[in-house]
Amino acid sequence: MAILTAACVAIAIIPLLSILYTVTINGISAVNLDFLTQIPRPVGEPGGGLGNAIQGTFIVVGIACLIGLPVGILAGVYLSEYGQNRFGRIVSFVADVLTGTPSIVAGMFGYTFIVLYSGSFSAIAGGVALSVLMIPIVTRTTEESLRLVPGSIKEASLALGIPKWKTTLYIVINTARSGIITGVLLSIARISGETAPLLFTSFGNMFWANGLDKPISTMPVQIYTYAITPFPDWHAKAWGGALILIILILILNIGVRFVTRKKYGM
Amino acid sequence: MDRSKLSFFHISRSKLSGDFIFEAAIGFFALSIMILAFLLFRELFIGSALSRDIFGMGFLTGSTWDPVAEVFGALPFIFGTLVSSFLALVIAVPFSLGIAIFLSELAPEKLRTPLSFIIELLAAIPSVIIGLWGIFILAPFIRDYLAPPLSTYLGFLPLFQGPMYGLSMLTGGVILAIMIIPITSSVSREVIMTVPTHQREAALALGATGWETTRIAVLPYARSGIFGAVILGFGRAIGETMAVTMVIGNSPRISESLFSPSYTMASVIANEFVEATSKLYISSLIEIGFLLLVISFIINIAARILVWKLLKVEGGGVT
Repeated sequence: MAILTAACVAIAIIPLLSILYTVTINGISAVNLDFLTQIPRPVGEPGGGLGNAIQGTFIVVGIACLIGLPVGILAGVYLSEYGQNRFGRIVSFVADVLTGTPSIVAGMFGYTFIVLYSGSFSAIAGGVALSVLMIPIVTRTTEESLRLVPGSIKEASLALGIPKWKTTLYIVINTARSGIITGVLLSIARISGETAPLLFTSFGNMFWANGLDKPISTMPVQIYTYAITPFPDWHAKAWGGALILIILILILNIGVRFVTRKKYGM
Repeated sequence: MDRSKLSFFHISRSKLSGDFIFEAAIGFFALSIMILAFLLFRELFIGSALSRDIFGMGFLTGSTWDPVAEVFGALPFIFGTLVSSFLALVIAVPFSLGIAIFLSELAPEKLRTPLSFIIELLAAIPSVIIGLWGIFILAPFIRDYLAPPLSTYLGFLPLFQGPMYGLSMLTGGVILAIMIIPITSSVSREVIMTVPTHQREAALALGATGWETTRIAVLPYARSGIFGAVILGFGRAIGETMAVTMVIGNSPRISESLFSPSYTMASVIANEFVEATSKLYISSLIEIGFLLLVISFIINIAARILVWKLLKVEGGGVT
Protein backbone atom coordinates (compact mmCIF):
# COMPACT_ATOMS: atom_id res chain seq x y z
CA MET A 1 0.00 0.00 0.00
CA ALA A 2 2.85 2.36 0.79
CA ILE A 3 4.18 1.81 -2.72
CA LEU A 4 0.78 2.49 -4.23
CA THR A 5 0.37 5.78 -2.39
CA ALA A 6 3.92 6.79 -3.26
CA ALA A 7 3.04 6.08 -6.89
CA CYS A 8 0.11 8.50 -6.59
CA VAL A 9 2.55 11.22 -5.57
CA ALA A 10 4.89 10.35 -8.42
CA ILE A 11 2.09 10.34 -11.01
CA ALA A 12 0.72 13.66 -9.72
CA ILE A 13 4.13 15.24 -10.21
CA ILE A 14 4.42 14.07 -13.84
CA PRO A 15 2.08 16.74 -15.31
CA LEU A 16 3.98 19.45 -13.42
CA LEU A 17 7.31 18.25 -14.78
CA SER A 18 5.85 17.87 -18.27
CA ILE A 19 4.45 21.41 -18.15
CA LEU A 20 7.71 22.92 -16.94
CA TYR A 21 9.67 20.94 -19.54
CA THR A 22 7.49 21.78 -22.55
CA VAL A 23 7.15 25.43 -21.61
CA THR A 24 10.93 25.74 -21.25
CA ILE A 25 11.77 23.84 -24.45
CA ASN A 26 9.18 25.62 -26.59
CA GLY A 27 9.50 29.00 -24.97
CA ILE A 28 13.23 29.46 -24.78
CA SER A 29 13.70 29.94 -28.54
CA ALA A 30 11.05 32.66 -28.67
CA VAL A 31 12.45 34.74 -25.85
CA ASN A 32 14.98 37.44 -26.66
CA LEU A 33 15.38 41.16 -26.02
CA ASP A 34 12.90 42.15 -28.75
CA PHE A 35 10.37 39.75 -27.27
CA LEU A 36 10.51 41.59 -23.96
CA THR A 37 10.62 45.14 -25.28
CA GLN A 38 8.58 45.32 -28.49
CA ILE A 39 4.89 45.28 -29.26
CA PRO A 40 3.27 42.51 -31.32
CA ARG A 41 3.47 42.53 -35.10
CA PRO A 42 0.79 41.29 -37.50
CA VAL A 43 0.79 37.60 -38.32
CA GLY A 44 3.45 36.61 -40.86
CA GLU A 45 5.73 39.49 -40.00
CA PRO A 46 8.69 38.19 -38.02
CA GLY A 47 9.89 39.81 -34.80
CA GLY A 48 7.84 41.78 -32.34
CA GLY A 49 7.11 40.78 -28.81
CA LEU A 50 5.00 41.00 -25.74
CA GLY A 51 6.43 44.17 -24.24
CA ASN A 52 3.05 45.82 -23.99
CA ALA A 53 1.54 42.73 -22.39
CA ILE A 54 4.27 42.63 -19.75
CA GLN A 55 3.71 46.33 -19.09
CA GLY A 56 -0.04 45.81 -18.96
CA THR A 57 0.18 42.91 -16.53
CA PHE A 58 2.18 45.05 -14.11
CA ILE A 59 -0.33 47.90 -14.43
CA VAL A 60 -3.42 45.75 -13.95
CA VAL A 61 -1.90 43.76 -11.08
CA GLY A 62 -0.76 47.09 -9.58
CA ILE A 63 -4.31 48.42 -9.64
CA ALA A 64 -5.58 45.19 -8.09
CA CYS A 65 -2.99 45.59 -5.31
CA LEU A 66 -3.95 49.23 -4.69
CA ILE A 67 -7.52 48.13 -4.05
CA GLY A 68 -6.99 44.66 -2.68
CA LEU A 69 -4.07 45.05 -0.27
CA PRO A 70 -5.45 47.74 2.09
CA VAL A 71 -8.87 46.10 2.18
CA GLY A 72 -7.52 42.58 2.55
CA ILE A 73 -4.85 43.32 5.15
CA LEU A 74 -6.96 45.60 7.34
CA ALA A 75 -9.93 43.26 7.19
CA GLY A 76 -7.59 40.45 8.22
CA VAL A 77 -6.29 42.54 11.13
CA TYR A 78 -9.83 43.21 12.26
CA LEU A 79 -10.81 39.56 12.06
CA SER A 80 -7.85 38.40 14.08
CA GLU A 81 -7.71 41.17 16.71
CA TYR A 82 -11.28 42.39 17.07
CA GLY A 83 -13.30 39.70 15.33
CA GLN A 84 -14.10 37.45 18.29
CA ASN A 85 -17.78 38.08 17.87
CA ARG A 86 -20.64 37.00 15.65
CA PHE A 87 -19.87 39.65 13.02
CA GLY A 88 -16.21 38.64 12.86
CA ARG A 89 -17.00 34.96 12.53
CA ILE A 90 -19.49 35.61 9.74
CA VAL A 91 -17.05 37.83 7.82
CA SER A 92 -14.32 35.25 8.25
CA PHE A 93 -16.60 32.56 6.88
CA VAL A 94 -17.72 34.73 3.97
CA ALA A 95 -14.09 35.53 3.11
CA ASP A 96 -13.36 31.82 3.15
CA VAL A 97 -16.26 31.07 0.84
CA LEU A 98 -15.29 33.99 -1.43
CA THR A 99 -11.91 32.35 -2.08
CA GLY A 100 -13.88 29.83 -4.12
CA THR A 101 -15.39 32.47 -6.42
CA PRO A 102 -14.94 31.24 -10.00
CA SER A 103 -12.50 33.61 -11.69
CA ILE A 104 -14.75 34.04 -14.72
CA VAL A 105 -17.48 35.30 -12.39
CA ALA A 106 -15.08 37.90 -11.01
CA GLY A 107 -14.55 39.04 -14.59
CA MET A 108 -18.25 39.27 -15.15
CA PHE A 109 -18.54 41.38 -12.02
CA GLY A 110 -15.83 43.71 -13.34
CA TYR A 111 -17.80 43.97 -16.56
CA THR A 112 -21.21 44.72 -15.08
CA PHE A 113 -19.77 46.90 -12.31
CA ILE A 114 -17.25 49.00 -14.26
CA VAL A 115 -17.30 48.38 -18.01
CA LEU A 116 -21.06 48.81 -18.40
CA TYR A 117 -21.04 52.10 -16.50
CA SER A 118 -17.87 53.57 -17.98
CA GLY A 119 -18.70 52.35 -21.45
CA SER A 120 -15.26 50.98 -22.19
CA PHE A 121 -13.02 48.03 -21.44
CA SER A 122 -10.26 49.33 -19.21
CA ALA A 123 -7.22 48.58 -17.08
CA ILE A 124 -9.24 49.71 -14.07
CA ALA A 125 -12.02 47.20 -14.73
CA GLY A 126 -9.38 44.47 -14.98
CA GLY A 127 -7.80 45.58 -11.73
CA VAL A 128 -11.15 45.58 -9.95
CA ALA A 129 -11.94 42.08 -11.23
CA LEU A 130 -8.57 40.79 -10.01
CA SER A 131 -8.96 42.50 -6.65
CA VAL A 132 -12.17 40.50 -6.11
CA LEU A 133 -10.02 37.37 -6.25
CA MET A 134 -7.23 38.92 -4.21
CA ILE A 135 -9.12 40.35 -1.23
CA PRO A 136 -10.34 37.09 0.33
CA ILE A 137 -6.93 35.43 -0.03
CA VAL A 138 -5.09 38.34 1.58
CA THR A 139 -7.69 38.61 4.34
CA ARG A 140 -7.45 34.96 5.30
CA THR A 141 -3.65 34.77 5.17
CA THR A 142 -3.30 37.99 7.17
CA GLU A 143 -5.78 36.73 9.76
CA GLU A 144 -3.95 33.43 10.06
CA SER A 145 -0.49 34.94 10.39
CA LEU A 146 -1.69 37.42 13.04
CA ARG A 147 -3.20 34.57 15.02
CA LEU A 148 0.25 33.01 15.23
CA VAL A 149 1.61 36.01 17.15
CA PRO A 150 2.12 34.83 20.75
CA GLY A 151 -0.27 36.31 23.29
CA SER A 152 2.64 37.12 25.60
CA ILE A 153 3.94 39.73 23.15
CA LYS A 154 0.59 41.51 23.09
CA GLU A 155 0.28 41.26 26.87
CA ALA A 156 3.74 42.72 27.39
CA SER A 157 2.84 45.69 25.25
CA LEU A 158 -0.55 46.21 26.90
CA ALA A 159 1.06 45.90 30.33
CA LEU A 160 3.29 48.84 29.46
CA GLY A 161 0.15 50.91 29.04
CA ILE A 162 0.23 51.01 25.26
CA PRO A 163 -3.33 51.18 23.96
CA LYS A 164 -4.65 48.22 22.06
CA TRP A 165 -4.77 49.95 18.72
CA LYS A 166 -1.11 50.94 18.97
CA THR A 167 -0.22 47.46 20.14
CA THR A 168 -1.99 46.02 17.12
CA LEU A 169 -0.53 48.48 14.69
CA TYR A 170 3.08 48.56 15.88
CA ILE A 171 3.64 45.30 17.75
CA VAL A 172 1.30 42.64 16.41
CA ILE A 173 1.42 43.57 12.73
CA ASN A 174 5.15 44.04 12.94
CA THR A 175 5.67 40.62 14.46
CA ALA A 176 3.50 38.97 11.83
CA ARG A 177 4.99 41.07 9.04
CA SER A 178 6.76 38.28 7.18
CA GLY A 179 3.67 36.09 7.26
CA ILE A 180 1.55 38.92 5.86
CA ILE A 181 4.09 39.65 3.14
CA THR A 182 4.16 35.96 2.20
CA GLY A 183 0.39 35.94 1.82
CA VAL A 184 0.48 39.14 -0.22
CA LEU A 185 3.16 37.84 -2.59
CA LEU A 186 1.40 34.51 -3.05
CA SER A 187 -1.85 36.30 -3.85
CA ILE A 188 0.00 38.45 -6.39
CA ALA A 189 1.43 35.29 -7.94
CA ARG A 190 -2.05 33.85 -8.08
CA ILE A 191 -3.73 36.81 -9.79
CA SER A 192 -0.85 37.53 -12.19
CA GLY A 193 -1.69 34.40 -14.11
CA GLU A 194 -5.45 34.87 -14.19
CA THR A 195 -6.88 35.09 -17.67
CA ALA A 196 -10.62 34.64 -17.42
CA PRO A 197 -11.33 37.82 -15.39
CA LEU A 198 -9.41 39.92 -17.91
CA LEU A 199 -11.04 38.67 -21.11
CA PHE A 200 -13.86 41.16 -20.92
CA THR A 201 -12.58 43.73 -18.46
CA SER A 202 -9.14 44.82 -19.65
CA PHE A 203 -9.84 43.05 -22.96
CA GLY A 204 -6.46 43.45 -24.71
CA ASN A 205 -4.70 45.81 -27.04
CA MET A 206 -1.91 45.44 -29.58
CA PHE A 207 -0.16 48.67 -28.57
CA TRP A 208 1.45 50.21 -25.54
CA ALA A 209 -0.90 51.21 -22.76
CA ASN A 210 -2.44 54.62 -23.30
CA GLY A 211 -4.46 55.30 -20.18
CA LEU A 212 -6.05 53.43 -17.33
CA ASP A 213 -9.51 53.91 -18.79
CA LYS A 214 -8.59 52.20 -22.05
CA PRO A 215 -8.31 48.52 -22.99
CA ILE A 216 -4.92 47.15 -22.02
CA SER A 217 -2.91 44.12 -23.01
CA THR A 218 -1.92 41.53 -20.40
CA MET A 219 0.31 38.46 -20.55
CA PRO A 220 -2.27 35.76 -19.82
CA VAL A 221 -4.82 37.11 -22.30
CA GLN A 222 -2.12 37.54 -24.93
CA ILE A 223 -0.97 33.93 -24.40
CA TYR A 224 -4.55 32.75 -24.78
CA THR A 225 -5.13 34.82 -27.91
CA TYR A 226 -1.96 33.46 -29.50
CA ALA A 227 -2.59 29.87 -28.38
CA ILE A 228 -5.98 29.53 -30.06
CA THR A 229 -4.88 30.92 -33.44
CA PRO A 230 -3.80 28.50 -36.19
CA PHE A 231 -0.47 30.26 -36.81
CA PRO A 232 2.74 28.45 -35.77
CA ASP A 233 4.74 31.63 -35.21
CA TRP A 234 2.04 32.90 -32.84
CA HIS A 235 2.12 29.54 -31.06
CA ALA A 236 5.83 30.11 -30.55
CA LYS A 237 5.00 33.51 -29.04
CA ALA A 238 2.43 31.90 -26.76
CA TRP A 239 5.09 29.50 -25.45
CA GLY A 240 7.52 32.38 -25.00
CA GLY A 241 4.93 34.32 -23.01
CA ALA A 242 4.13 31.24 -20.97
CA LEU A 243 7.81 30.83 -20.11
CA ILE A 244 8.12 34.40 -18.88
CA LEU A 245 4.90 34.18 -16.89
CA ILE A 246 5.84 30.87 -15.33
CA ILE A 247 9.29 32.15 -14.35
CA LEU A 248 7.68 35.18 -12.72
CA ILE A 249 5.22 33.05 -10.78
CA LEU A 250 7.74 30.41 -9.75
CA ILE A 251 10.11 33.10 -8.50
CA LEU A 252 7.31 34.51 -6.35
CA ASN A 253 6.27 31.09 -5.05
CA ILE A 254 9.62 29.43 -4.49
CA GLY A 255 11.32 32.67 -3.47
CA VAL A 256 8.74 33.41 -0.80
CA ARG A 257 8.85 29.91 0.69
CA PHE A 258 12.62 29.88 0.61
CA VAL A 259 12.95 33.23 2.33
CA THR A 260 10.38 32.51 5.03
CA ARG A 261 11.81 29.05 5.67
CA LYS A 262 15.28 30.45 6.18
CA LYS A 263 14.02 33.06 8.58
CA TYR A 264 12.30 30.61 10.90
CA GLY A 265 14.74 27.78 10.41
CA MET A 266 11.92 25.35 9.71
CA MET B 1 -4.34 65.64 43.28
CA ASP B 2 -6.64 67.44 40.95
CA ARG B 3 -4.10 67.51 38.21
CA SER B 4 -3.20 63.84 38.41
CA LYS B 5 -6.86 62.98 38.38
CA LEU B 6 -7.32 65.11 35.30
CA SER B 7 -4.39 63.62 33.46
CA PHE B 8 -5.50 60.11 34.37
CA PHE B 9 -8.87 60.89 32.96
CA HIS B 10 -7.32 62.41 29.92
CA ILE B 11 -5.18 59.36 29.17
CA SER B 12 -7.95 56.89 29.63
CA ARG B 13 -10.27 58.92 27.44
CA SER B 14 -7.78 59.22 24.62
CA LYS B 15 -7.04 55.50 24.89
CA LEU B 16 -10.70 54.75 24.62
CA SER B 17 -11.29 56.96 21.64
CA GLY B 18 -8.13 55.79 19.84
CA ASP B 19 -9.19 52.20 20.23
CA PHE B 20 -12.69 53.01 19.18
CA ILE B 21 -11.64 54.88 16.04
CA PHE B 22 -9.17 52.17 15.06
CA GLU B 23 -11.65 49.36 15.58
CA ALA B 24 -14.34 51.19 13.67
CA ALA B 25 -11.96 52.02 10.82
CA ILE B 26 -10.68 48.52 10.24
CA GLY B 27 -14.12 47.13 11.03
CA PHE B 28 -15.24 49.01 7.96
CA PHE B 29 -12.74 47.06 5.85
CA ALA B 30 -14.07 43.81 7.29
CA LEU B 31 -17.56 44.98 6.46
CA SER B 32 -16.44 45.69 2.91
CA ILE B 33 -15.96 41.95 2.41
CA MET B 34 -19.63 41.45 3.15
CA ILE B 35 -20.40 44.31 0.78
CA LEU B 36 -18.25 42.69 -1.89
CA ALA B 37 -20.10 39.39 -1.57
CA PHE B 38 -23.40 41.25 -1.70
CA LEU B 39 -22.35 43.26 -4.77
CA LEU B 40 -21.21 40.12 -6.58
CA PHE B 41 -24.66 38.63 -6.21
CA ARG B 42 -26.50 41.87 -6.85
CA GLU B 43 -24.69 42.73 -10.10
CA LEU B 44 -25.14 39.29 -11.62
CA PHE B 45 -28.71 39.02 -10.38
CA ILE B 46 -29.68 42.33 -11.95
CA GLY B 47 -27.70 41.57 -15.10
CA SER B 48 -29.54 38.32 -15.63
CA ALA B 49 -33.03 39.76 -15.01
CA LEU B 50 -33.96 39.94 -18.71
CA SER B 51 -33.05 36.34 -19.38
CA ARG B 52 -34.86 35.14 -16.26
CA ASP B 53 -38.00 37.05 -17.28
CA ILE B 54 -38.09 35.63 -20.77
CA PHE B 55 -36.99 32.04 -20.27
CA GLY B 56 -37.82 31.38 -16.61
CA MET B 57 -36.97 27.85 -15.54
CA GLY B 58 -36.90 26.83 -19.19
CA PHE B 59 -33.41 28.31 -19.27
CA LEU B 60 -32.15 25.39 -17.19
CA THR B 61 -33.85 22.70 -19.25
CA GLY B 62 -33.60 24.12 -22.76
CA SER B 63 -30.94 22.53 -24.92
CA THR B 64 -31.03 24.99 -27.81
CA TRP B 65 -28.38 27.70 -27.84
CA ASP B 66 -29.07 29.83 -30.87
CA PRO B 67 -27.86 33.45 -30.70
CA VAL B 68 -29.29 34.22 -34.15
CA ALA B 69 -32.82 33.16 -33.22
CA GLU B 70 -32.30 34.49 -29.67
CA VAL B 71 -33.24 31.19 -28.08
CA PHE B 72 -31.05 30.36 -25.12
CA GLY B 73 -31.06 27.16 -23.08
CA ALA B 74 -28.19 26.35 -20.76
CA LEU B 75 -28.63 22.60 -20.48
CA PRO B 76 -25.69 21.58 -22.73
CA PHE B 77 -23.38 23.76 -20.64
CA ILE B 78 -24.76 22.57 -17.31
CA PHE B 79 -24.35 19.01 -18.59
CA GLY B 80 -20.79 19.68 -19.75
CA THR B 81 -19.83 21.32 -16.47
CA LEU B 82 -21.28 18.56 -14.29
CA VAL B 83 -19.94 15.67 -16.34
CA SER B 84 -16.45 17.12 -16.73
CA SER B 85 -16.31 17.93 -13.00
CA PHE B 86 -17.52 14.45 -11.98
CA LEU B 87 -15.04 12.91 -14.36
CA ALA B 88 -12.33 15.04 -12.77
CA LEU B 89 -13.36 13.79 -9.32
CA VAL B 90 -13.40 10.17 -10.43
CA ILE B 91 -9.81 10.55 -11.58
CA ALA B 92 -8.52 12.94 -8.92
CA VAL B 93 -10.00 11.56 -5.70
CA PRO B 94 -8.12 8.24 -5.57
CA PHE B 95 -4.87 10.03 -6.39
CA SER B 96 -5.50 12.79 -3.88
CA LEU B 97 -6.29 10.29 -1.16
CA GLY B 98 -3.17 8.31 -1.97
CA ILE B 99 -1.09 11.48 -1.86
CA ALA B 100 -2.68 12.61 1.41
CA ILE B 101 -2.11 9.23 3.07
CA PHE B 102 1.44 8.97 1.82
CA LEU B 103 2.37 12.48 2.90
CA SER B 104 0.70 12.33 6.31
CA GLU B 105 1.23 8.72 7.35
CA LEU B 106 3.87 6.93 5.36
CA ALA B 107 6.44 9.29 3.88
CA PRO B 108 9.78 9.81 5.59
CA GLU B 109 9.77 13.02 7.62
CA LYS B 110 12.31 14.71 5.37
CA LEU B 111 10.30 14.21 2.20
CA ARG B 112 6.97 15.52 3.46
CA THR B 113 7.42 19.27 3.18
CA PRO B 114 9.24 19.33 -0.17
CA LEU B 115 6.85 16.84 -1.78
CA SER B 116 3.72 18.63 -0.64
CA PHE B 117 5.23 21.92 -1.78
CA ILE B 118 5.92 20.48 -5.23
CA ILE B 119 2.36 19.22 -5.56
CA GLU B 120 0.99 22.57 -4.43
CA LEU B 121 3.19 24.23 -7.03
CA LEU B 122 0.90 22.63 -9.60
CA ALA B 123 -1.85 24.89 -8.28
CA ALA B 124 0.33 27.94 -8.89
CA ILE B 125 0.74 27.26 -12.62
CA PRO B 126 -1.66 29.64 -14.40
CA SER B 127 -4.70 27.98 -15.91
CA VAL B 128 -3.93 29.41 -19.36
CA ILE B 129 -0.52 27.73 -19.36
CA ILE B 130 -2.01 24.40 -18.33
CA GLY B 131 -4.45 24.90 -21.21
CA LEU B 132 -1.60 25.59 -23.63
CA TRP B 133 0.08 22.39 -22.49
CA GLY B 134 -3.28 20.65 -22.76
CA ILE B 135 -3.74 21.64 -26.40
CA PHE B 136 -0.29 20.65 -27.58
CA ILE B 137 0.75 17.81 -25.27
CA LEU B 138 -2.14 16.30 -23.31
CA ALA B 139 -4.82 16.23 -26.02
CA PRO B 140 -2.62 14.46 -28.60
CA PHE B 141 -1.41 12.09 -25.88
CA ILE B 142 -4.95 11.16 -24.90
CA ARG B 143 -6.02 10.82 -28.53
CA ASP B 144 -3.09 8.59 -29.46
CA TYR B 145 -2.36 6.60 -26.32
CA LEU B 146 -5.27 6.69 -23.88
CA ALA B 147 -8.34 6.62 -26.12
CA PRO B 148 -7.43 3.63 -28.35
CA PRO B 149 -7.11 1.12 -25.49
CA LEU B 150 -10.23 2.57 -23.84
CA SER B 151 -12.29 2.05 -26.98
CA THR B 152 -10.77 -1.39 -27.58
CA TYR B 153 -11.39 -2.79 -24.11
CA LEU B 154 -14.30 -0.70 -22.85
CA GLY B 155 -15.83 0.13 -26.23
CA PHE B 156 -19.00 -1.74 -25.36
CA LEU B 157 -19.87 1.17 -23.04
CA PRO B 158 -21.41 4.15 -24.84
CA LEU B 159 -18.94 6.28 -22.87
CA PHE B 160 -16.04 5.14 -25.01
CA GLN B 161 -17.59 4.97 -28.46
CA GLY B 162 -17.15 7.10 -31.53
CA PRO B 163 -14.17 8.86 -33.07
CA MET B 164 -11.68 10.57 -30.78
CA TYR B 165 -10.94 14.18 -31.67
CA GLY B 166 -8.37 15.03 -29.04
CA LEU B 167 -10.31 18.04 -27.84
CA SER B 168 -13.02 16.27 -25.89
CA MET B 169 -14.88 15.81 -22.64
CA LEU B 170 -12.30 13.21 -21.63
CA THR B 171 -9.41 15.65 -22.13
CA GLY B 172 -11.34 18.30 -20.21
CA GLY B 173 -11.93 15.89 -17.33
CA VAL B 174 -8.28 14.85 -17.18
CA ILE B 175 -7.04 18.43 -17.18
CA LEU B 176 -9.53 19.35 -14.43
CA ALA B 177 -8.35 16.36 -12.42
CA ILE B 178 -4.77 17.60 -12.67
CA MET B 179 -5.88 21.03 -11.52
CA ILE B 180 -7.90 19.92 -8.48
CA ILE B 181 -5.41 17.36 -7.14
CA PRO B 182 -3.41 20.03 -5.23
CA ILE B 183 -6.40 21.36 -3.27
CA THR B 184 -8.10 18.02 -2.67
CA SER B 185 -4.89 16.35 -1.55
CA SER B 186 -3.70 19.19 0.67
CA VAL B 187 -7.03 19.59 2.47
CA SER B 188 -7.33 15.80 2.90
CA ARG B 189 -3.83 15.74 4.27
CA GLU B 190 -4.61 18.53 6.73
CA VAL B 191 -7.70 16.66 7.87
CA ILE B 192 -5.85 13.36 8.25
CA MET B 193 -3.20 15.10 10.34
CA THR B 194 -5.84 16.18 12.86
CA VAL B 195 -6.56 12.54 13.69
CA PRO B 196 -5.25 12.19 17.25
CA THR B 197 -2.19 10.02 17.75
CA HIS B 198 -3.92 7.83 20.33
CA GLN B 199 -6.27 6.61 17.61
CA ARG B 200 -3.28 5.26 15.74
CA GLU B 201 -1.59 3.96 18.86
CA ALA B 202 -4.69 2.06 19.85
CA ALA B 203 -4.86 0.33 16.49
CA LEU B 204 -1.14 -0.41 16.52
CA ALA B 205 -1.42 -1.81 20.04
CA LEU B 206 -4.04 -4.24 18.78
CA GLY B 207 -1.50 -5.53 16.32
CA ALA B 208 -2.63 -3.67 13.20
CA THR B 209 -0.04 -3.06 10.51
CA GLY B 210 0.68 0.46 9.27
CA TRP B 211 -1.78 0.21 6.42
CA GLU B 212 -4.45 -1.38 8.60
CA THR B 213 -4.02 1.43 11.10
CA THR B 214 -4.64 3.97 8.35
CA ARG B 215 -7.68 2.06 7.15
CA ILE B 216 -9.24 1.29 10.54
CA ALA B 217 -8.24 4.18 12.77
CA VAL B 218 -7.39 7.13 10.55
CA LEU B 219 -9.65 7.19 7.50
CA PRO B 220 -13.00 6.62 9.27
CA TYR B 221 -12.14 9.42 11.69
CA ALA B 222 -11.27 11.80 8.87
CA ARG B 223 -14.15 10.73 6.65
CA SER B 224 -16.30 13.84 6.81
CA GLY B 225 -13.30 16.12 6.33
CA ILE B 226 -12.10 14.14 3.33
CA PHE B 227 -15.60 14.38 1.93
CA GLY B 228 -15.32 18.15 2.41
CA ALA B 229 -12.01 18.16 0.54
CA VAL B 230 -13.62 16.30 -2.34
CA ILE B 231 -16.49 18.78 -2.50
CA LEU B 232 -13.97 21.62 -2.43
CA GLY B 233 -12.25 20.05 -5.43
CA PHE B 234 -15.61 19.75 -7.15
CA GLY B 235 -16.20 23.47 -6.57
CA ARG B 236 -12.87 24.30 -8.15
CA ALA B 237 -13.59 22.09 -11.14
CA ILE B 238 -16.94 23.73 -11.75
CA GLY B 239 -15.52 27.25 -11.86
CA GLU B 240 -12.32 26.46 -13.72
CA THR B 241 -12.33 28.27 -17.03
CA MET B 242 -9.30 28.73 -19.25
CA ALA B 243 -7.69 25.30 -19.35
CA VAL B 244 -11.04 23.62 -19.90
CA THR B 245 -12.06 26.10 -22.57
CA MET B 246 -8.86 25.33 -24.44
CA VAL B 247 -9.23 21.54 -24.46
CA ILE B 248 -12.90 20.58 -24.22
CA GLY B 249 -13.77 21.31 -27.85
CA ASN B 250 -16.49 23.93 -27.24
CA SER B 251 -19.42 22.29 -28.93
CA PRO B 252 -22.80 22.73 -27.23
CA ARG B 253 -24.15 19.22 -27.55
CA ILE B 254 -25.10 16.54 -25.11
CA SER B 255 -23.39 13.32 -26.02
CA GLU B 256 -23.02 10.02 -24.21
CA SER B 257 -19.48 9.62 -25.44
CA LEU B 258 -16.57 11.08 -23.48
CA PHE B 259 -14.70 11.19 -26.77
CA SER B 260 -16.88 13.90 -28.25
CA PRO B 261 -16.33 17.61 -27.75
CA SER B 262 -18.40 19.35 -25.11
CA TYR B 263 -18.84 22.79 -23.57
CA THR B 264 -18.95 24.11 -20.00
CA MET B 265 -20.72 27.03 -18.35
CA ALA B 266 -17.47 28.86 -17.71
CA SER B 267 -16.20 28.22 -21.25
CA VAL B 268 -19.26 29.60 -22.98
CA ILE B 269 -18.91 32.80 -20.99
CA ALA B 270 -15.21 33.05 -21.84
CA ASN B 271 -15.83 32.41 -25.53
CA GLU B 272 -18.97 34.35 -26.26
CA PHE B 273 -19.28 37.21 -23.79
CA VAL B 274 -17.29 39.73 -25.79
CA GLU B 275 -19.06 38.81 -29.01
CA ALA B 276 -22.55 38.87 -27.49
CA THR B 277 -24.37 41.71 -29.19
CA SER B 278 -27.99 41.66 -28.12
CA LYS B 279 -29.14 42.46 -24.60
CA LEU B 280 -30.83 39.09 -24.24
CA TYR B 281 -27.67 37.27 -25.31
CA ILE B 282 -25.57 39.13 -22.72
CA SER B 283 -28.23 38.62 -20.08
CA SER B 284 -28.33 34.87 -20.77
CA LEU B 285 -24.57 34.62 -20.37
CA ILE B 286 -24.75 36.60 -17.13
CA GLU B 287 -27.43 34.20 -15.90
CA ILE B 288 -25.02 31.32 -16.54
CA GLY B 289 -22.43 33.25 -14.51
CA PHE B 290 -24.98 33.80 -11.75
CA LEU B 291 -25.77 30.07 -11.65
CA LEU B 292 -22.05 29.34 -11.49
CA LEU B 293 -21.65 31.77 -8.58
CA VAL B 294 -24.60 30.33 -6.64
CA ILE B 295 -23.50 26.72 -7.19
CA SER B 296 -19.90 27.39 -6.21
CA PHE B 297 -21.00 29.30 -3.10
CA ILE B 298 -23.24 26.47 -1.96
CA ILE B 299 -20.50 23.93 -2.64
CA ASN B 300 -17.91 26.00 -0.79
CA ILE B 301 -20.16 26.54 2.21
CA ALA B 302 -20.88 22.81 2.42
CA ALA B 303 -17.21 21.92 2.09
CA ARG B 304 -16.06 24.47 4.68
CA ILE B 305 -18.61 23.25 7.19
CA LEU B 306 -17.46 19.65 6.76
CA VAL B 307 -13.77 20.52 6.99
CA TRP B 308 -14.09 23.12 9.74
CA LYS B 309 -16.04 20.81 11.99
CA LEU B 310 -13.21 18.35 11.96
CA LEU B 311 -10.39 20.86 12.24
CA LYS B 312 -12.10 22.39 15.28
CA VAL B 313 -13.15 19.33 17.25
CA GLU B 314 -9.76 18.07 18.23
CA GLY B 315 -9.33 15.03 20.40
CA GLY B 316 -12.81 13.72 19.70
CA GLY B 317 -13.57 10.08 19.03
CA VAL B 318 -14.50 8.30 15.85
CA THR B 319 -17.72 9.78 14.54
